[in-house]
Amino acid sequence: MPFRAGAALTPPPPPSRPAPPRPRYRGGFTHRESRPERRRVCPSLPSSLCPFRPAVRLHWLPAPCRGGGFMLSAASPLADGEAAGGMGPGGLRRWLSSRAPAPRICVVGSGPAGFYTAQHILKHHDLAQVDIYEKLPVPFGLVRFGVAPDHPEVKNVINTFTHTARSDRCAYYGNVTVGRDVTVGELQQAYHAVVLSYGAEDNRVLGIPGENLSGVYSARAFVGWYNGLPENRDLKPDLSCETALILGHGNVALDIARILLSPLDFLRKTDITDCSLAALACSKVKRVWLAGRRGPLQVAFTIKELREMINLPGTQPVLNPADFTGLENAVKDAPRPRKRLTELMIKTALEKHREKAVMAQAAVPRQWGLKFQRSPQEVLPTADGMRVRGVRMALTRLEGSGDSAKAVPTGDMEELECGLVLSSIGYRSLPLDPAVPFDTQHSIIPNNLGRVMGVPGLYCSGWVKRGPVGVIITTMNDSFDTAQSVLEDLQEGVLDVSVSKEGFGAVGSILRSRGIRPVSFSEWEKIDAAEVARGKAAGKPREKIVDPQEMLQLIGH
Amino acid sequence: MAAPTGALWRRLLRSAAVRRLCGTAAAEEPERAVVNVVFVDSAGRRVEARGRVGDNVLQLARECGVPIEGACEASLACSTCHVYVSAPHLEHLPPPCEREEDLLDTAPQLRVESRLCCQLTLLPPLEGAVFTLPRVTRNFYVDGHVPKGH
Repeated sequence: MPFRAGAALTPPPPPSRPAPPRPRYRGGFTHRESRPERRRVCPSLPSSLCPFRPAVRLHWLPAPCRGGGFMLSAASPLADGEAAGGMGPGGLRRWLSSRAPAPRICVVGSGPAGFYTAQHILKHHDLAQVDIYEKLPVPFGLVRFGVAPDHPEVKNVINTFTHTARSDRCAYYGNVTVGRDVTVGELQQAYHAVVLSYGAEDNRVLGIPGENLSGVYSARAFVGWYNGLPENRDLKPDLSCETALILGHGNVALDIARILLSPLDFLRKTDITDCSLAALACSKVKRVWLAGRRGPLQVAFTIKELREMINLPGTQPVLNPADFTGLENAVKDAPRPRKRLTELMIKTALEKHREKAVMAQAAVPRQWGLKFQRSPQEVLPTADGMRVRGVRMALTRLEGSGDSAKAVPTGDMEELECGLVLSSIGYRSLPLDPAVPFDTQHSIIPNNLGRVMGVPGLYCSGWVKRGPVGVIITTMNDSFDTAQSVLEDLQEGVLDVSVSKEGFGAVGSILRSRGIRPVSFSEWEKIDAAEVARGKAAGKPREKIVDPQEMLQLIGH
Repeated sequence: MAAPTGALWRRLLRSAAVRRLCGTAAAEEPERAVVNVVFVDSAGRRVEARGRVGDNVLQLARECGVPIEGACEASLACSTCHVYVSAPHLEHLPPPCEREEDLLDTAPQLRVESRLCCQLTLLPPLEGAVFTLPRVTRNFYVDGHVPKGH
């Protein structure tokens, strides 16, 4: 087959932005040559020479070349099943669905849960339009505000979310607080389906005396502070003491210990906020304890983060070998993750214990350690009653084993001296709107496979659905599951798309009448560019803007 | 070797594809033999892919439209590219580094044959290898619908 006349022999330059998704071909199959507008053969090579053609059996395959073309593989299911020009049952359903109005879906929350849910719906439904609402002007939730500054690779997922946001059928509306600026009821009237993915903005409380003393902070607020979360920008934690106590044995606790003890040079080139870097530069903290109510077999942190802490330069881990007696046998048949994690702790406890005997204290300026089976009972005040001077802990024993073991006080007590207490016992979701059922005991929205119980057309994904636990893959799988529920309900007619909905057309008027001006994705990109430019001078990936008013002024709102 | 950054990762994705498509790869490096592998997605659908020795398995999967995520863009910071490698081919792969092992510990439905495919490159003994995506989420391909790349 000759080239089309005038076709370039070399690939054209790449488009500056990813090409928008092409609408899927609908209707019967006709021979390729008779519908040239659908050929979309790669302009760089004739299809007979394309090396992918015989190998790949997918239907519409975006040609992975700079031409940005598509190719219809000869072995595609569409070609095989519809060669006679008719339509199989699947084709009929697809043809019918192409005549229905486009479903309009609303997602509340622009963190990983919101974006992965949106991505999955957009990918598996060719007409659906997804609008993502976010209360802050800036998107991405915990990826921006929760992931530690020295873990920039985890934040690469932002590129995936950016790609989704730039899709033709996706829109982002920042600076809109659902539950205040617009109610869930109003969203349900404007959209065929509403997905709540607003995460966990609060934290569990210790519920012990002295919890509100100066020097006691929630881990959530501390992480928000060094990550530039606007509501925590004025935290001003006091880092003038030598010993810090973190209550909790999760990855957030390890993150905070690492940020407190990292050499400053490590943090200088990250996107940690300027003012927290300055505060850490003056920090006197040289010893960090992580205390948990249960034992080594119940720790919630994962091995990658623990190893990072063990290998942190300029610090020494302090683990008591007595805490690990008999555990090597106990984990012999445990699942691999628990086994490897425990073995690492045991190895560290034994090695470092031997080394400590020969190493002078002064040689290692900073220490961190794990304390087990200690349950905080009271935060003890200084003589003037203003600040924390220590925490009284009850020693516990374990009843039961494994993940369900319970910590029971033995009656013995211990006092641990410290000037900084960080409570890292879990994030917690809050109810959003009276129209949305909320399980106050577990702090989640009651749901079945992501469908909110008792409220048709309402769904949830992410931490507000399952509880505030899990890494990116957990949230990704969970969000895909909720998206599947939405897609099933669209397919089965549970969501009635024969009635067309206005989507942002209706919500926009409501917001305007209330004086709310949403931030678009391209406006976020202006804020993004400003942050990157500001960080460049200091050799940082970005200097985060922490004042929402400043963000809005930057984009002329 | 440091893991590629996001920008480098996207350049890799484009450059290898260009070289392959225009046939210049074969002209420049005639010794890069073809390796045929199969991806099985979580709905059980098989995708045959033809790569070359040295190709990154995650990159090949994405180019062939296999719905596999690579959230951290091959920088060993997540476990979203978790696959099962067919048993006879598993032993031909170099063993995982410690960091990959640590991340596999966070992958749901971990098995002996689990690997993170962003860390795998094609070798001649991998001819015919099958990379299966774990079935973690519920599947919904009611009418043979094939998801398009996004």
